[in-house]
Amino acid sequence: MDLKYPDEAQKFAEEVREFARAELPAAIKDKVIRHAKMSPDAQIYWQRKLCERGWACPGWPKQYGGPGFTPLQRHVFDNVMSEEGAPPAVPFGESMIAPVLFHVGSEAQKKELLPRIRTLEYWFCQGFSEPGAGSDLASLKTRAVRDGDEWVINGQKTWTSYAQFANMMFCLVRTDPDAKQQEGISMMVFPMSLPGITVRPIITMDGGHSVNETFFDNVRVPASSLIGEVNKGWTYAKLLLGHERTSIARIGQSKRELRMLKTLAADQGTGGASLLDKPAFRTKVAELEMELLALEITALRVLAQEGSPGVEANLLKIKGSEIQQTLTELLIDAVGPYALPFDPNRGVGLGNMDYIGPDEAAALGPTYLSTRVVTIYGGSNEIQRNIIAKSLGL
Amino acid sequence: MDFVATDTQAMLRDTADRLVRDRYDFEERKKIVASEDGFSRKLWKELAELGLLGIEIPEEQGGSGGSFADVAVVLESFGKGLVVEPYLSTVVLGAGLIAAAGWEAQKHDILPKVASGDMLLALAYTEAHSRYALNHVATKARKDGAGYVIDGHKAVVLGADTADKLIVSARTSGEVGDATGISLFLVDPKAEGVSMRVYPNLDDRRAAEVTFDGVKVEASALVGAEGDGLRPLEAAIDRGAAAVGCEALGAMGALNALTLDYLKTRMQFGRPIGKFQVLQHRMADMVMAEQQARSMLFLAIEQADAKDPAARAQAISAAKAQIDACGQVVGRGAIQLQGGIAMTMEYIAGHFFRRLTALEKMMGDRDYHLERFAI
Ligand SMILES: Cc1cc2nc3c(=O)[nH]c(=O)nc-3n(C[C@H](O)[C@H](O)[C@H](O)COP(=O)(O)OP(=O)(O)OC[C@H]3O[C@@H](n4cnc5c(N)ncnc54)[C@H](O)[C@@H]3O)c2cc1C
Ligand SMILES: Cc1cc2nc3c(=O)[nH]c(=O)nc-3n(C[C@H](O)[C@H](O)[C@H](O)COP(=O)(O)OP(=O)(O)OC[C@H]3O[C@@H](n4cnc5c(N)ncnc54)[C@H](O)[C@@H]3O)c2cc1C
Repeated sequence: MDLKYPDEAQKFAEEVREFARAELPAAIKDKVIRHAKMSPDAQIYWQRKLCERGWACPGWPKQYGGPGFTPLQRHVFDNVMSEEGAPPAVPFGESMIAPVLFHVGSEAQKKELLPRIRTLEYWFCQGFSEPGAGSDLASLKTRAVRDGDEWVINGQKTWTSYAQFANMMFCLVRTDPDAKQQEGISMMVFPMSLPGITVRPIITMDGGHSVNETFFDNVRVPASSLIGEVNKGWTYAKLLLGHERTSIARIGQSKRELRMLKTLAADQGTGGASLLDKPAFRTKVAELEMELLALEITALRVLAQEGSPGVEANLLKIKGSEIQQTLTELLIDAVGPYALPFDPNRGVGLGNMDYIGPDEAAALGPTYLSTRVVTIYGGSNEIQRNIIAKSLGL
Repeated sequence: MDFVATDTQAMLRDTADRLVRDRYDFEERKKIVASEDGFSRKLWKELAELGLLGIEIPEEQGGSGGSFADVAVVLESFGKGLVVEPYLSTVVLGAGLIAAAGWEAQKHDILPKVASGDMLLALAYTEAHSRYALNHVATKARKDGAGYVIDGHKAVVLGADTADKLIVSARTSGEVGDATGISLFLVDPKAEGVSMRVYPNLDDRRAAEVTFDGVKVEASALVGAEGDGLRPLEAAIDRGAAAVGCEALGAMGALNALTLDYLKTRMQFGRPIGKFQVLQHRMADMVMAEQQARSMLFLAIEQADAKDPAARAQAISAAKAQIDACGQVVGRGAIQLQGGIAMTMEYIAGHFFRRLTALEKMMGDRDYHLERFAI
C-alpha cells in the first residue's frame, strides 16, 4: 500500500522519479539494489548530477547551496530516490558535519568546507568510536595537545567507515583530560593526508571492506581545525548524532526492498502455489508492511511538528533498523537454498557469467549478514531505548 | 528417550573435542578454508584413523557398526569447531544413503573406502526450482540400452567439487513433482557431460551447481530400485536435518560461551556490559534457546532412523524448526550483544553466526519444516 501525498508533493514526486529514471545509470542502480561496493567515482558522478539539477544536499538551506526543500519535499525526495535505487548520499559530510558547521562553524570554515562537501570534493569520514569507546563514546582517549598554532593528536579511532575513500575527517579528541569526561572533548576537522595518519582495513563478515582502524601518531593539525569552542565537542557531537539517527530510518530503501521481496516470493515455490500465496509467509510480509507504513506516517508526523524531534528520533532509528533487518531475514527465506552461495561481490562483477540462482539471490546472504550492524551503530538500539526510558522519567 | 551418553559416545566426544581443540583453532581453520580443496585431506585421514568416518558403517565393511546417536556426538563437536571437512556430505548423507538403499555390491564397493577416508561422496538432490521439495525432480534419466543417460541441473550440491562419486536424483518416469518415478544414480563427476560451477557457501563449506549433459551411466549405477528413490532420499535428508541440528547445537554452545565471556569482560560506562539488565535478559534467552534446542535434538536423534516415515518426518521437522529458531536467537543475539567487533571477519563470533545461518537454510529451512509438521 502506498501513502497518498498532497497534490503538490505528488507532483514533485513525479518530477524526482522522472529525473532518476532518466539520469541514473543502470550499473549504479544495480549496485545500490545489491548493497554492493560502490566506487567513489560512481558516488561522485551521482552527486555531481544532483548538483547540476540543484538537488544535492537535500537537507541544506538555500543559503549554503542546498535546494531549500520543505520538510515534506525532503521526505518525498529521499523516498523516491531510494525507491528508484539512487545511491544514498555519503552522509558524513552532508548530513553529519554540515549541520554542525551551520550552527557553530566559523565563516572561514563554512566557506571552505560546505561547497566542497556539496560536490563531494571533500569526502568526510567520522572519527568518533575507539576500541574502548563504543556506546560509551564520552570515554574516548585520543588526545590533542596544543602546541603553538597547532594541535598534536595521538591515539586511535576505529570503525571509521570509508576512511579508505575519505580525504577529510571530523574527529572527537580529548583536549582536557582533567575535566569531567563530557567536558574535555573537542571536535576537529582535518585532511586525511596529514603525516602520522595511518588507515588499516577491517574486513566485515560479509566479506566487505567498509570500515577501518585509523591511527594518529603525532599528527599536527592547525589551530583553525577546531570546530566551535574548545571542550564543547560533546555538545556538537550530540547534535550531529541526532541527525544521524533520523537519516538512518531508511524508509524509502525499505519500501524498495519490500517490493523486491514480494516479486521474489511470487516467483518462488513448488507444487503450484507460490511462496507469496502461502498464508504463513504472506502474513509475515503483511506484518512487516504495516510496521513500515506506521513508520512512514510517524516520520511524516515528525516532519509536521515544530521544533526538534524528541523520542520520535529514537523511534525512527529503532523501528527503521529493525524493519531493515526483518526484510533481509525474509529475503533470504524467499530464496531458500539459494541463500547459501556466498558471493562477497553480491552478484556484481560476474561479467558475462550467469548468476547463481535467481538474479537477486547473490546479494541476499551477504546483505543479511551486513545488515546486522544497523541495530548496533548510530547508537545501538539498547542505547536508544535507554534514552527513551530516561525521557520518560525512568 | 535416553539422556545419558553411552561409554562409546563419551569416548567419541572426547576424541572429537580434542581434535577440534588441538587441531582446529581459528587460525588453523582459516588456512584450511583458504587451501586448494577448501578442507584438509590430512585431517580427513586422521578422522579415518580415529574411526570417526566409519562409526555407522558395519564392522565387516571397515566401520564400527554404531548408531546415528554416536555420529551425533561427533557432529556436535564439529559444530563447536566450525569444521569444514565434507563429513555431512560424505558420511551422513552419502554413506548413509548407500548403507540404507544401496545394493550389496555398492555397499561393498563404497562403504569401506568411506571408512578408510579414500572416498568422498556428495548427494545432488536440490534443483533450481525445487526449494526443499525432494519430489520436485526435473533432471531426467532416460533408458539407453542397458544403462541410462542423465540430463539436468542440480543446485547448491554440498561437497560436489571434491566428491569422488555423486549420488544424483533423476526422474526415470512421471512428471516433475510426482512421488514415484524418481531414481538415484551413482555418477562419476569426471564423466563426460558433467560440469560444475563451484563456490563457497555462507559457512565456508563448498558447494556447486552441477550440470548433467547427456551423461551416460551403466545399469549398475542405479541405487536401489528404479523409480523408488524418493523414500530413501527422504530418509537421507531427515538424517541430514538431524545432523545439521547437532552441528547447530555445538555452534550455539560455543557461541553462547563466547558471548557470556564478552559480557563479563567488555567494559563500557565504567562497568562490564553484562551488568546491564537488558543484556542479562537477552543472554538468559539465548541460554534458554540452547537448552530447548538440546531437548529437541534428543527427539531428532531418537527418530533419525525410525522405520515409520510419517512419525519420523514429524519429529524431525519439529526438531529442525525449533533448533533453527533457537539458532537465530543465539546467533543474532551474539552479534548484537558483542557490538561492532562481532561484525568482523577477524573475530570468530561472526563465523558461528554464518554457520548457524547456513544450517537453517540446509535440509529444509524453518518455514519448510513448520509446514511439514503442521500437515
Ligand atoms: C560497520 C560499522 C560501521 C561503523 N561506522 C562508524 C564510523 O564511521 N565512525 C564511528 O565513529 N563509528 C562507527 N561505528 C562504530 C559504532 O558506532 C559502534 O560499533 C557502536 O557505537 C557500538 O559500540 P561497540 O561496537 O563498541 O559496542 P559496545 O558499546 O561495546 O556494545 C556492546 C553491547 O552492549 C550494549 N550496551 C552498551 N552500553 C549499554 C548500556 N548502557 N545499556 C544497555 N546496553 C548497553 C550495546 O547495545 C551492545 O549490544 C561503526 C560500526 C560498525 C560495526
Ligand atoms: C494470583 C497471584 C497469586 C499469588 N500467590 C502467592 C502465594 O501463594 N504466596 C506468596 O507469597 N505470594 C503470592 N503471590 C505474590 C507474588 O509472588 C508477587 O506478586 C510477586 O512476587 C511480584 O511481587 P509484586 O506483585 O509486588 O510486584 P513487584 O515486585 O512490585 O514487581 C512489579 C514489576 O517489576 C518487575 N521487577 C521487580 N523487581 C525487578 C528487578 N529487580 N528487575 C527487573 N524487574 C523487576 C517485576 O517483574 C514486575 O514486572 C501471588 C500473586 C498473584 C498475583
